[in-house]
Amino acid sequence: MSDHEYRPKSKVGQWFNDRLPLLTLANHLTDYPTPKNLNYWWTFGGILTFCLITQIVTGLTLAMHYIAHADMAFESVEHIMRDVNYGWLIRYIHANGASMFFLAVYIHIFRSLFYGSYKAPREIIWIIGIIIYLLMMAAAFMGYVLPWGQMSFWGATVITNLFSAIPLVGEGIVTWLWGGYSVDNPTLTRFFTLHYLIPFLILGLVVLHIWALHVPGNNNPVGIDIKKPSKDTVPFHPYIVIKDGFALLMFMIVFAFFVFYAPNILGHADNYIEANPMVTPAHIVPEWYLLPFYAILRSVPDKLLGVVAMLSAILILAVLPWLDTSKIRSAVFRPLYRQFYWILVADVLILGYVGAMPAEGLYLLIARVATAYYFLHFLVILPVLGFKEKTLPVPLSITEPVLGGSPNLAAARNKESKIE
Amino acid sequence: MKNLFKLFSIIILIITSNSNSFAAEKVEYLKTDWSFKGLFGKFDRASLQRGYQVYTEVCASCHSMKYLSYRNLAEPGGPEFSEAQAKAIAASFEVTDGPNSDGEMFTRPGKLSDKFVMPYDNVKAAQAANGGAYPPDMSVLVKARGGGVDYIYSLLQGYEEAPSNVSLDDGVYYNKYMYGNKIRMAAPLSDGLVEYGDGTNATVEQMSKDVTTFLMWSAEPHLESRHQMGFKAIVYLIILTVLVYFSMKRIWSRVESEV
Repeated sequence: MSDHEYRPKSKVGQWFNDRLPLLTLANHLTDYPTPKNLNYWWTFGGILTFCLITQIVTGLTLAMHYIAHADMAFESVEHIMRDVNYGWLIRYIHANGASMFFLAVYIHIFRSLFYGSYKAPREIIWIIGIIIYLLMMAAAFMGYVLPWGQMSFWGATVITNLFSAIPLVGEGIVTWLWGGYSVDNPTLTRFFTLHYLIPFLILGLVVLHIWALHVPGNNNPVGIDIKKPSKDTVPFHPYIVIKDGFALLMFMIVFAFFVFYAPNILGHADNYIEANPMVTPAHIVPEWYLLPFYAILRSVPDKLLGVVAMLSAILILAVLPWLDTSKIRSAVFRPLYRQFYWILVADVLILGYVGAMPAEGLYLLIARVATAYYFLHFLVILPVLGFKEKTLPVPLSITEPVLGGSPNLAAARNKESKIE
Repeated sequence: MKNLFKLFSIIILIITSNSNSFAAEKVEYLKTDWSFKGLFGKFDRASLQRGYQVYTEVCASCHSMKYLSYRNLAEPGGPEFSEAQAKAIAASFEVTDGPNSDGEMFTRPGKLSDKFVMPYDNVKAAQAANGGAYPPDMSVLVKARGGGVDYIYSLLQGYEEAPSNVSLDDGVYYNKYMYGNKIRMAAPLSDGLVEYGDGTNATVEQMSKDVTTFLMWSAEPHLESRHQMGFKAIVYLIILTVLVYFSMKRIWSRVESEV
């Protein structure tokens, strides 16, 4: 992708590179022209890569000691916590790492929503991202089942039962998923297998995600196209590397706080009770990062429609590039969208809150209103806003002052519309 | 930088408000000073040893602790009995072993490597002996209850006469901290129930505190090393973050842009 032809200096390097251009790739990655006005919201891509690798490394280590058997899983986790050298550390990093991963991915997604990073020409990056997000949810859910505590067991029961909502074949599918007539040992072993597999699928998709990113290059807070390389860009190394590194360290401090001082605060106490098919917990709640979707699921009275609503809530994101009709990417120049954006953020937080509460009375009413608004935002507000909104003048380049407009306002407008 | 600070405060706000929402429904628990809370929290060694005494003389007649071994009692970060003491404790229990070369099971005195001897052979036996209620295993009990140590500490002291509008079946007791207020366990502690070797006055409050401390350790045997390592890790990260921050400023000073 580099504009200039790269040639390794050493003879050996040239010999190797002619056969497998790994050095060209490395050179492309270090030289990759990056907009220099990226703010800290753009550091979460690097942070997410760190999260994925952390989960894979700690997960591999845990898998060496964990036993995927209904009678032994809970005990083997306690064995890891007590007798494996630093087993408690590895497990707490892995368990809290999942939460940190989702925290980072939500920031990453909402950054994209704010700055319109999903718009042309970056739709493929966005769609791959949504697939990664879906796989993350699957991996996290199955991982939560592995300790075989009460929430593991009953969470697995509730979620797999959702498939029974499918007409005609639903029941059959559930039996097939379980490998029996209830959540039991066969369910646990297949969840373990899939939990082990999915991170590597994610890893592959991350490579595609980054590859697709390197074709058009990064979006930026101003949301305009920039010439690469130019005065508006800096090479990835060292500028972005050190900045991402700095942000990653800040993130790791928060991460470390949870691991060392509040390792169980994000989990549910019931998961320290061994799974018991005869005793149902008072409230079955998923992990915090799935709560908004859980709220959507429960806000619909019909089971099948509830499942459809929940899935649509995620899949609707995949068609977002076509639902948002505005030509302007960044919310900085979209005064109305900016307000609706923050309403959406609040809406999702409210959904998360009511998802943790019992689905009754006022909570249920709030969940229904918030669910309706969620879909309204994507299906009505965004398409209409693109036509109705009066956007602010967009600068010609990011080196120009953002405020006060650009001297060639008309030209800027022209340019923007040509891009789309 | 300002943005970054805002970002992290928002993150922490969201997380804490989210997790608090789980523990919404509850009565106010009794409070006491736990030595193991906080950045440098450590267990009170004497309290752990007394707590073990309460566990083994009172709780252990019904509650198992199946994930602990006698060797744990002598390990650093725990009650830290001497190895000789731990061996003596282990030897005071009869452990079923075998089969021997004749194919027979036999009993022998416990060893350090043995798991804590269970009061009942299995869950059914435990239920049969306790009017159908299973006394839960205590190894990770404080982590398995929403209120944690405060809940256990309060529950042990929460036995009261039932209010007149509450009727209790036989073998059911009233406890103001229990979920639903009805509990199948009779008040386990009474003043002077155990005789502490170190002369500490064995009030219900004191025993509750000691045994709860012991349960915290049994659920988190590596809590002390976790706190110690955590402090070092965070100090290290902060220093590194500051160094990287200044390196970043230096590097970015080459271009006209703000970081």
